[in-house]
Amino acid sequence: MPVATPPVDTVLESLAATVGPCDVSTFRGQTRVVVPLERALEAFRHLAAVGFDLLVDVTCVDYLDYRGAKHRYGLVYLLASTVTNQRLTVRLFADDPDPAVPSVTPIWRAADWLEREVWDLFGVRFDGHPDLRRLVMPEAFTAHPLRKDYPLQGRGERHNFPVLARDDG
Amino acid sequence: MSIAPAEFGSLESADGARNEDYLWTLNFGPQHPATHTTLRLVLKLEGERVVDAMPEMGYLHSGFEKIGEHLTFNQYVTVTDRMNYISPVANNVAWHHAVETLLGIELTPRCTYVRTIVAELARISDHLLCNGAVGLDTGAFTFFLYAFYQREVIYDILETLCGARFTNSYTRVGGVSQDFTPLVVEKIRAFLKTFPKTLDDMERLLTRNRIFVDRTKGVGVLTKEEAINRGATGPVARASGVTRDLRKDEPYLAYGDLDFNVACASAGDCYARYLVRMQEMRESLKIVRQALENLPDGPVNVGIDQRTALPTKKQVYSTIEGTISHFELSMANRGFDVPFEESYAAIEAPNGELGFYIVGDGDDTAYRARCRPPSVLHFALFPHLIRGHTLSDVVAVLGSLNIIAAELDR
Amino acid sequence: MAVTSPKLELPENVFVSKLDELANWCRKNSLWPMPFATACCGIELMATGASKHDLARFGAEVFRFSPRQCDLMIVAGRVVMKMLPVLQRIWLQMHEPKWVISMGACASTGGVFDTYAVVQGIDRFIPVDMYVPGCPPRPEQLIQAIIDLQDKIQAEGTITGREFDTAERQRRKRALVEATLPLSIDAARNPILQRELAAAAESPVRT
Repeated sequence: MPVATPPVDTVLESLAATVGPCDVSTFRGQTRVVVPLERALEAFRHLAAVGFDLLVDVTCVDYLDYRGAKHRYGLVYLLASTVTNQRLTVRLFADDPDPAVPSVTPIWRAADWLEREVWDLFGVRFDGHPDLRRLVMPEAFTAHPLRKDYPLQGRGERHNFPVLARDDG
Repeated sequence: MSIAPAEFGSLESADGARNEDYLWTLNFGPQHPATHTTLRLVLKLEGERVVDAMPEMGYLHSGFEKIGEHLTFNQYVTVTDRMNYISPVANNVAWHHAVETLLGIELTPRCTYVRTIVAELARISDHLLCNGAVGLDTGAFTFFLYAFYQREVIYDILETLCGARFTNSYTRVGGVSQDFTPLVVEKIRAFLKTFPKTLDDMERLLTRNRIFVDRTKGVGVLTKEEAINRGATGPVARASGVTRDLRKDEPYLAYGDLDFNVACASAGDCYARYLVRMQEMRESLKIVRQALENLPDGPVNVGIDQRTALPTKKQVYSTIEGTISHFELSMANRGFDVPFEESYAAIEAPNGELGFYIVGDGDDTAYRARCRPPSVLHFALFPHLIRGHTLSDVVAVLGSLNIIAAELDR
Repeated sequence: MAVTSPKLELPENVFVSKLDELANWCRKNSLWPMPFATACCGIELMATGASKHDLARFGAEVFRFSPRQCDLMIVAGRVVMKMLPVLQRIWLQMHEPKWVISMGACASTGGVFDTYAVVQGIDRFIPVDMYVPGCPPRPEQLIQAIIDLQDKIQAEGTITGREFDTAERQRRKRALVEATLPLSIDAARNPILQRELAAAAESPVRT
């Protein structure tokens, strides 16, 4: 049965008790908490147990050109509770080379495809994901398009196809 | 483009140890007769029964999120139209809701009502097409034509309002592009008068139709726990008993002032989803009627002293505030006052929770514009729903999930 | 359509026509479209086939989804890299005579989406007969395109399909040529663009 989520302060306190002090901030009524990478899986398990049963989104931001950024990849997990309507944003940070974070698919099945998409577009690996392969780009594609160092128009992959003339048909 | 089933990972196989050589692989390819454009399903069949399904997407991935890093907030709204193209105004409302949350802009009361009305018309349009497609895919062509004709009426209203049938790009930061004129209000009133009768006719065609009920009842059952765990939102989740609707839970725009119910069901099958959508259309009519009767007067865009919405020509030419505002907004290195922060805001789109996670970097263009698409999570549900059903149920389930390829792939 | 020799007076119920024109008339009035609908233009295509703007009155009654049974492929919507081999394979599966309408800005030139994934115009990879501009084009525009295609078939068609072999039609368009080289919009690294600019500088009026 879903557990009624206690108010966000209590959640944050219990989270700090479980994984240690985390960086908490608020903006426009949304609470964001930064969890250290090593304790990430425990933190998510704790949050799921405390009542955040809906994983709304898993996404990534590439902070390559961002003012004042300390890490390159910021993973964003948007959690919500269907019982009390609270929302929480959890952030993890990863760096080049070979950014990797633990997968939350065992906790919320919704993360399955969302993490595949982050892998596809950003190149952040998810350890423990049952089936990590490309989702939106073709399998043969090699780059990770949403990274800041990949140009908008691509590197010519979109022109690299055979041309059919009328007498081929 | 070959199919090697070994390449397709399958999250759960029904019985991992079984020798599966006798199973037949069918490619329900990206080009297929069901009206859901470019999705691909590789089905493993045992006779008529589906043992496993491996969905594949990406056949319409156009790089929307990367474009969001190059277009300003008011330019990107044209691109958001092309996401859920069945109800584009809902996407516009979602995008600008997210932008205005990031920028901290408070809308005028008239604007909230105007956006509510068009968002609900978009919801009616979406549900008409979704149910119409379910009808078409299960063989009910007349229902589809009725639905499409009513959508043409909505297109007519939106065309009178902003010039485009769909892909309207109706909203702007701080307001909308065109205000309601008396002709638009008249057309909406006429629609409100004629639509309930047509909806009754349509229901009489399918809701108690023996063939339709047999094809959709008990097919594609989604339990409540699975729905939440797999991230389903919107009518798909509400048909499984999840009573979550952002219009009531986190009221935005004018929904807090209006009186309507949220349609839920507990069966979780295709029939329940069809019924939830039909009922939601009736609730949307209630919302539009109330909002139209109580439409507040006043300006529809925020004031020019806030430097967000483009001022009208009269204001530009006759007030200094208007001139300054126009200058500030149109010049390349000026524009909105965007904080170096990130925020997420979602609306209850016809398909589910449609939200945008926007990272601002002080510039007119977003640093990262992430669209949280309900269709991705619903398409990921598909193998779970179809296991054990027959091949002809594949189209019914696919239709009931309302997967829009452009929102899926972005 | 009736060609009578000036010396011959034919009664009312007899007309003589070239076999080509007869074949063209039959073909143009029973174009069976195959909707290759990918995105928003697909919805306008469905709306064109629905009851308000009825495409069936122009002979395009049957929207078959099998390429073996159609002669007109309407590519409605953006075509991305992943989808292009599918498009090409379906085009190859259609039987001659076949025509392609590229509906909408995205199918014609890539439209709003000048990105890494979207093909900048399907005419770079398959031959196209008619382009319909618009984003999305109104149903009336699509109907006009089909009427124009019907006129084109009537004017140029032959019963044996010889019109598809003429050198003029087969001459590859600039887009098709460019696509085979690594592309760059920077003239310093794009030999084709340099050649074109030089030719344009020499002769300002080009045929």
